[in-house]
Amino acid sequence: MEVAKLTNVTRTYKIGQVETRALNGINLTIESGEFTSLVGPSGSGKTTLLQLIGCLDQPTSGSVIINGVETTGLNRNQRADLRKGTIGFVFQFFALIPTLTAYENVEMPLLLNGKSAAERRRRVMELLEAVGMVDRANNRPDQLSGGQQQRVAVARALVTNPKLILADEPTANLDTENGEQVMEIMKKLNKETGTTFVFATHDPRVIKYANRVVTLQDGVIVKDVPANGKS
Amino acid sequence: MINYFKLAYRNLGRHRRRSLLSGLALALGTALLMFIAAFFQGEMRSAMESTLRLNSGHLQVRDADYDPDKLSVAWDYLIETPQQVAAQIQTLDVVQTATPRLFASGIVSVRDESVGVQIIGVDPASPANAPYRTLMAGAFLTADDRDGILIGYPLAQSLGLSVGDKLTLLVNTADGSVDQQPFTVRGIFTTGTTAYDKGIVFLPLAKAQAFSGAGDRASIIFVLLKDREQAEAVAAAISSPNYQVKTWRELNQLLVLVNDFSDAYLVVINLIILGVTVTVIVNTLLMSVFERTREIGILSAIGMKGRQIVTLFLAEAFLLALGGVTAGTLAGWAVSAYFGKVGIYFGDLGLSADMLLEDRIYTYLTLESAVNLIVTAFVITLLASLYPARMAARMEPVEALHSAQ
Repeated sequence: MEVAKLTNVTRTYKIGQVETRALNGINLTIESGEFTSLVGPSGSGKTTLLQLIGCLDQPTSGSVIINGVETTGLNRNQRADLRKGTIGFVFQFFALIPTLTAYENVEMPLLLNGKSAAERRRRVMELLEAVGMVDRANNRPDQLSGGQQQRVAVARALVTNPKLILADEPTANLDTENGEQVMEIMKKLNKETGTTFVFATHDPRVIKYANRVVTLQDGVIVKDVPANGKS
Repeated sequence: MINYFKLAYRNLGRHRRRSLLSGLALALGTALLMFIAAFFQGEMRSAMESTLRLNSGHLQVRDADYDPDKLSVAWDYLIETPQQVAAQIQTLDVVQTATPRLFASGIVSVRDESVGVQIIGVDPASPANAPYRTLMAGAFLTADDRDGILIGYPLAQSLGLSVGDKLTLLVNTADGSVDQQPFTVRGIFTTGTTAYDKGIVFLPLAKAQAFSGAGDRASIIFVLLKDREQAEAVAAAISSPNYQVKTWRELNQLLVLVNDFSDAYLVVINLIILGVTVTVIVNTLLMSVFERTREIGILSAIGMKGRQIVTLFLAEAFLLALGGVTAGTLAGWAVSAYFGKVGIYFGDLGLSADMLLEDRIYTYLTLESAVNLIVTAFVITLLASLYPARMAARMEPVEALHSAQ
């Protein structure tokens, strides 16, 4: 089943009089359960592509269908609604809300989805358990290491059972051990829950886990190959 | 449901000093608003009370030809049989008291010093004299006193007079000549309004009439009502072609005008203070929005809608307003209550008899205006916070996330 389908997608930015084409005629389909890496040098359009799949941005032309919904005509609130039920994000920087505890950070998407207190508690504890952070549930981000913060971010991304997790350079700010740990957790959750993961990265430690590698260069897909992702 | 107030409370706690200073600015603004309102109200109340009770009364009945500027005691200008007229007016239910008074112009001389004064002949038994019964020394006049005079404290001071001292009083008489006679200071009064006290001397009505040659006539019937808002109705009831009946509004046009405009002045002053205060709050929230751009991007990415982001920032403004306005209300109320008791001394403001002010202004805050100010400060703070809140809500998640990387 297709989780994301992009057809003839272009995205141009205009800064002053200069027009930059970040993506040029992208055609890409992501199937359910994939563990896909978007790779390429800096400026190749990986992050832009991830943002379009995540409905954080809209294409200049072309079509982006997420979970069967055409997103190009949606307004800001409709896109927010689509995101909160369907897509989870893991960012390069440890994107937690600094005033909330690990528990509250993971709980936030459930609150936005209007889940009951009992269900929230069950899901948050389940996810914190899955990422090995139960004992740090009441710590705020500034009391956690980078690796721990990223694990909480993974738990938050997964807590609503989204179809698709988008991760932008999730290991860029982590040391080898923590990077491996985070990737192991994501791979495990991919296998156990069937959640689709798409990474933008140029970290070989991430790429080696992927079962599909899509290479971008100058805004176009130059290579799209299956891979024997580490399991 | 998201507990916006919990989030807001924690966000304000991130920069405690900044939040505290913003709350303090709002507290100071609110306290200032309350104090200024209390001062204005106290001032207007003082002016109204003093002018009406000391000078104009609620109603004045005069002879049809009387001209108050001349202070003439020529018979043509005076009311005949004033005691009877006063007694008739007194029979009306809404009338508190009605008493004849005679006004004449005179000069007080002591040794080689002279001061121009207004002589007022009063019925010593009338309750309308209550404001002059606060004596610094001596006793009030009696009806049969033939050479006693009551003078104000500032006049006594300037002429070096004490109770029992002699002075010479000159008066312009009914036939246009001048008469003079020695009097003994019986008492020294103070009304708390130097502008009034320094230029007035009182004689018993009978003595004033005899001294000035006014016969048994009086300049006015001074009327106090149980409710001054009834003045027009009573004036209509007692009107007659032989008399002019003037209400306190007609007698104090300047005061009524100032009173009517005082609300407008107050609104302008309030807006200025609130404008400055609210700018501080908006600035705090704007700084907060700029600092938390990435966070807003994250919240937006995980599905928080614009309306929810607005609510989050409004909750912060609400808490700031709650703390600031509450502290300001307490401080403003305390300061107003204090100066409502001890007053603020201004001394002789040198105002004309059209508008008398006591030397001390006692602040006076009504519950209604306090509630109005609190609600206004609160609502304006929240309205002004909409700007930074909406700015946060309008951020594109991509740009918000990018700005932090």
